[in-house]
Amino acid sequence: MALSGLEIFKLLPKTNCKECGKPTCLAFAMQLAQKKAKLEDCPHVSEDAKEKLAAAAAPPMQLVKFGNGDNEVQVGRETVLFRHEEKFYNPTVLTVTVSDKLSGEELNKRIEKINSLEFERVGQQIKVNAIAVVNESGSSEKFAAAAQSVKQGSELAMILCSDSPEAIEAAVSKTSDRVPLIASAKEDTAEQMAKISKDNKCPLVVKAPSIEALSQLSEKVKSGGVENLVLTLEDKSPRESLYNSTRMRVLSLRKVFRPLGYPTISFIQGDESEQVAAAASLICKYSNIVVVDAAEPEVILPLLTVVMNIFTDPQKPVQVEPKLYSVGEPDENSPLMFTTNFSLTYYTVESDVESSRVASYILVVDTEGTSVLTAYSGDKLNEKVVADAIKKSNVEEHIKHRKLIIPGYVAVMSGKLEETTGWEVMVGPRESATIPKYLKEVWQ
Amino acid sequence: MAVPEITESYTGSVNRLTLGATSQSGGTRATTVVVGGAANVVYGGSDTQAGERPVIAIDVLDSRPNDWPEYLSEPYKDVLDSPAAWAKKCVDEFGAEIICLKFDGIHPEKGDKGADHAVSVTREVLEAVGVPLILWGCGNDEKDNQIMPKVSEAAKGENCLIGTVTEGNYKSLTAIALADGHNLITEAPLDINIGKQVNILAADMGFPLEKIVTFQDTGALGYGVEYSYSIQERQRLAALSGDKMMAMPVICDVGHEAWRAKEAKSEDAPDWGRADKRGPMWEAATAICLLQAGADILRMRHPKAISTVKDFINELW
Repeated sequence: MALSGLEIFKLLPKTNCKECGKPTCLAFAMQLAQKKAKLEDCPHVSEDAKEKLAAAAAPPMQLVKFGNGDNEVQVGRETVLFRHEEKFYNPTVLTVTVSDKLSGEELNKRIEKINSLEFERVGQQIKVNAIAVVNESGSSEKFAAAAQSVKQGSELAMILCSDSPEAIEAAVSKTSDRVPLIASAKEDTAEQMAKISKDNKCPLVVKAPSIEALSQLSEKVKSGGVENLVLTLEDKSPRESLYNSTRMRVLSLRKVFRPLGYPTISFIQGDESEQVAAAASLICKYSNIVVVDAAEPEVILPLLTVVMNIFTDPQKPVQVEPKLYSVGEPDENSPLMFTTNFSLTYYTVESDVESSRVASYILVVDTEGTSVLTAYSGDKLNEKVVADAIKKSNVEEHIKHRKLIIPGYVAVMSGKLEETTGWEVMVGPRESATIPKYLKEVWQ
Repeated sequence: MAVPEITESYTGSVNRLTLGATSQSGGTRATTVVVGGAANVVYGGSDTQAGERPVIAIDVLDSRPNDWPEYLSEPYKDVLDSPAAWAKKCVDEFGAEIICLKFDGIHPEKGDKGADHAVSVTREVLEAVGVPLILWGCGNDEKDNQIMPKVSEAAKGENCLIGTVTEGNYKSLTAIALADGHNLITEAPLDINIGKQVNILAADMGFPLEKIVTFQDTGALGYGVEYSYSIQERQRLAALSGDKMMAMPVICDVGHEAWRAKEAKSEDAPDWGRADKRGPMWEAATAICLLQAGADILRMRHPKAISTVKDFINELW
């Protein structure tokens, strides 16, 4: 937690030597607290004070990376409990398991299936970005062989899951260049697992039955020299997981309790529905890596969408590029309507136009990512903005008619818009959901 | 190093509100439902502060819906023309604890039905089931003002939850809900300040704050759920800090919104997985997200999604 000016002052030499350029040590301390000065400016500060100040300035939650190249992922370094306070920074890494009981064709099929879990939503690519190899066979050789196959069959970041240090050792020796996350070290295996993690420079998951035991274990592993840690509690029901996960987030961020200042990982159990429920809730409530068994697109797509939505920056509206969009295969007689470039507005309209099955043009007007009503009341949407958009889009070359459907909420701008553009303005529905009805009944 | 204690000093809590009235309280309901009561953020502190279990209200429409995707209407295909049979099915087969009677059919563009129809549907559903009712208008101010007061009167004494009232249209429904002893839903378009304003307007008319439920508009997963999410979290924090104008339980319209998403309803999108499972998954995932942000009542539609979310609620609360 950041120290106050007075707390910093207590650590300074209190000589008021002015060598830092400030009139007094207290003034310097105040500036440090506001991050307007640097500690290096004080030539007389003690080593002890330096250490204390550096520790206090460190982020409350560690950043942990695994995987390599373009497929490296990073988790942690979150700063808030509620996204509206700032934002959530590093999106949950959704991970799908591969059992080492599989081999040959079955194994490759499973890997292929996970590789294909990539989707485009509202103009962005979202995907499963890690594979967890699980040591269900009990055999070190099979585990290492499966890890090797995953490495060959997929570019994704890897998590190696086994409680056996021998199995981990065997699998890491085949995959260390891919910087896998090792899961997990427990009380009785902590030393061996920590050594493997250190020798191969791979981050390590530490696992314990309670928050108290987990804090002690993470401290112990850290004092052994492994700093890239991820935390997990073993064998918890969804209820225990969610309450504990929330408590851990509060302890790490609000109390800056360093032994819990690491990202967390959850292993989800149950049938498909239970997995969707538990995974979606743990994405919202603070698990930085969520591992599921389900690899079906109908399970994965909603979960990836939860990650996408919850990790959106609440301060920045997501925008689409202002230009002319086609829905279906519109021709020169197809309807033309406009909407704003706030992505939520656009994609709602697009989806409703699509369901009408009337091929159409949607002209997206630049309103700096605001919705129709907000843009209109802030004068970001007026006849000039629309006229400009018509010109820039060259829509006149695509259609023969000169009719423009406008959002029902801005019916009031019809007159001026007709004057400015010379187009016939048709007032469309207020609610996007009634667009299909409008296109079928009024547009004709 | 000992794990520190977490001490929160919340002074307020979410109001507790009872829906439905049994014969002892002047109604005819067999059961009542209590919602709200949370005294901490979701999963904050101990589970004794979690308040009442969130509850699912299953939607029943006053008229056969024309725009429901096949996979959504399939479980209801034998009852879509009879709101009473529909409601009974929801209670008997899908375990509905509340029925949300949604009057889409009175909307000028969706049937334009009149007061006689709405009143008789209300009476039939009250007759058919013993659970509390939510009575929800069509969203067209003129028709709602004309018809919902009569619906309210038809359910007088049943302690229903009726709505919605908005900043621009609240007077007639607020007055009649007050007269008929119902609870009221105040609606705002994803704007926490307007949300508070509508509560103030209703309170100024003498409507008791502890009988209000707020509806902040619901965004489906992929279509703005994050806006609803953050508004609900802010509302919960305001309630905990003692803001009486924000201490209402929250209702979300999950089913309707989730099934508008193309990921839920498109039949022809093999890359997104099995069409029969996608819709229920989308609806369930939307509901689960909103529960994390403090939803108290979830309006839902597909039985499979409902059972998924119910299992989750029973595990967590």
